[in-house]
Amino acid sequence: MSRAIPVIEAWGLCRHYQQGSQAVKALDGVDVTIMPGEFVAVMGPSGSGKSTFMNICGALDQPTGGTVKVAGRDLSTLSRDALADLRNEVIGFVFQQFNLLPRTSALQNAMLPLRYAGIGGAEAISRCTRALAQVDLASRMDHHPNELSGGQQQRVAIARALVTGPQLIFADEPTGALDSATSVEVLKLFQKLNADGMTIVMVTHDADVAAYAGRTLHFMDGHIVRDTATERRAAS
Amino acid sequence: MTLFAAFLVALEALRLNALRTALAMLGIIIGVAAVITMASISTGAAKRVEEHISSLGTNLLIARPGSNRMGGRRGGAGTSESFSEKDVAAIKTGVYDIAAISGVVNASGAVVYGNTNWQTGVQGVHADFHIARAWGVASGSPLTDEDIRRKSKVAVIGQTVAEELFGSQSPLGERIRIKNIPFEVVGVLAEKGQSGMGRDQDDTILVPISTARTRLVGREGSVAEPVQMMFISVRDGADMSRVQDDIETLLMERRNIKPGAQANFDVRNMSEFIEARTATQNTMGMLLATSAAISLVVGGIGIMNIMLVSVTERTREIGLRMAVGARGRDILVQFLVEAITLCLVGGMIGLAVGAGCSGLVAHYAGWPVLMDPLYVILALAGSATVGLFFGFYPARRASQLNPIDALRYE
Repeated sequence: MSRAIPVIEAWGLCRHYQQGSQAVKALDGVDVTIMPGEFVAVMGPSGSGKSTFMNICGALDQPTGGTVKVAGRDLSTLSRDALADLRNEVIGFVFQQFNLLPRTSALQNAMLPLRYAGIGGAEAISRCTRALAQVDLASRMDHHPNELSGGQQQRVAIARALVTGPQLIFADEPTGALDSATSVEVLKLFQKLNADGMTIVMVTHDADVAAYAGRTLHFMDGHIVRDTATERRAAS
Repeated sequence: MTLFAAFLVALEALRLNALRTALAMLGIIIGVAAVITMASISTGAAKRVEEHISSLGTNLLIARPGSNRMGGRRGGAGTSESFSEKDVAAIKTGVYDIAAISGVVNASGAVVYGNTNWQTGVQGVHADFHIARAWGVASGSPLTDEDIRRKSKVAVIGQTVAEELFGSQSPLGERIRIKNIPFEVVGVLAEKGQSGMGRDQDDTILVPISTARTRLVGREGSVAEPVQMMFISVRDGADMSRVQDDIETLLMERRNIKPGAQANFDVRNMSEFIEARTATQNTMGMLLATSAAISLVVGGIGIMNIMLVSVTERTREIGLRMAVGARGRDILVQFLVEAITLCLVGGMIGLAVGAGCSGLVAHYAGWPVLMDPLYVILALAGSATVGLFFGFYPARRASQLNPIDALRYE
């Protein structure tokens, strides 16, 4: 077996912008490599650059300097459409506020990325059913978001991230809007997905949450100040 | 994403905001309804004119003495006098390609049969009237040259008169009294229907022109054997305008008017005759159609406004869609389809409202209206175009958002 291609490879990644008269360096020279199968927590106080790092690696934002490769593809060489396709095929996103479409069933919400992948009909339904089963929501496919608890809504969002079979999931404060009990549920779900081989990059400011990951990148003022392997919190 | 899927998504989005959707559509509904109503009224009027022309015959010329209205003209006797029997004869022999010519003198009065009476117009005509107006008899016999020569007291009556005086009984051979003079009914005219001006053409009685002159019309003016107007039909294939010019020239000579001077009579073919009457109507129609089109544009601006609000309100949704892989084009199509759907649904409702308004106009104002099936296509295509045009800017704005800015929009 040949050497695996890193899922994320960044060199000298910078994101500078002007806010009023002040130059802000949200990212200021970040080098990192994330290999397939890793569960990485990105930690740091607010304003440390962790979200900017995720947005750039997730092809939602552009760096002002440096390069980043996702699954071997240099993002700076890709067009807007190619970036959209990359987000569709390679990356899955999970957000703090779930970002589900209101008044739309769990099944239809999970199906959203497949619409843009041009997959429809029975194929789309069977994929969504499988993804919802993976997050233990097979029995609630017809429920609308307002009929689901916060933890269930976040699991629908995770199913939506899984449905195109991505190589990598970005989770931005996935437990930020959940109580501690449901947070544990969601984090264990991530651990289970990771155990099945999914690469996960999770942004959090909470050390207890980061403890579920296998590796933690500590951000401060736009730099990675520490890169540690954590002992995984065992499923209790 | 297929167009059909985009259409379903658009319908769903519109349904979720039912009240706003309805208000946004109102402009389009009113615009399309106005256009449809105005168009059916104009078409109805045009159709009526067309029917009138064909009911009179397209190869028909009508000659009438002019009025004294013109300024700077001699007002003395003879300037606007009637034509005469001699004019009829001169045209008949002096102009090529005349198929038939008939003089007309008009009278009116009470017509009595038994104890029934009916007020109607009586026209004294030549036998060629039947040919010139292409108007034969449904039963009995038409007027003949013999009747004219003998000043016979015979009458050919229109369908309406026949019904009013005789009901279901056959009028043939019966004796009616016009202005107390007894006439024998020899024929009943074929049904002609309404004229372009809404007059019932079947409400008439034809009698020999000679009889009318001596028995029904008081002696007026200085002309011997006067003729109030002439119906002249032109042979098929002949050049109408040439015949028209020849008749004008001949009448100018006979009336001692110098070539180039203002004539004191009219020779018109049917379309000219009708055009003069409908010019005003057309101008009105244009004005109405223009104001209707403007209201459609105003409706379109309303749509653009709503779409801009919708894009702003759903910026986070757009960000999410982009995050899960929507290309700019997908977003553009989504909002364009939404705008077009909005306009199309509005257009369909407007079409129904317009059809209803046309019906009301026809029923209460008694105007002839005509809904061309083409309008359905035009209204829908028109409103879809409005949607495309006014939806493009908001949709394009949505499609060019940066994913992260859209996701973070508050």
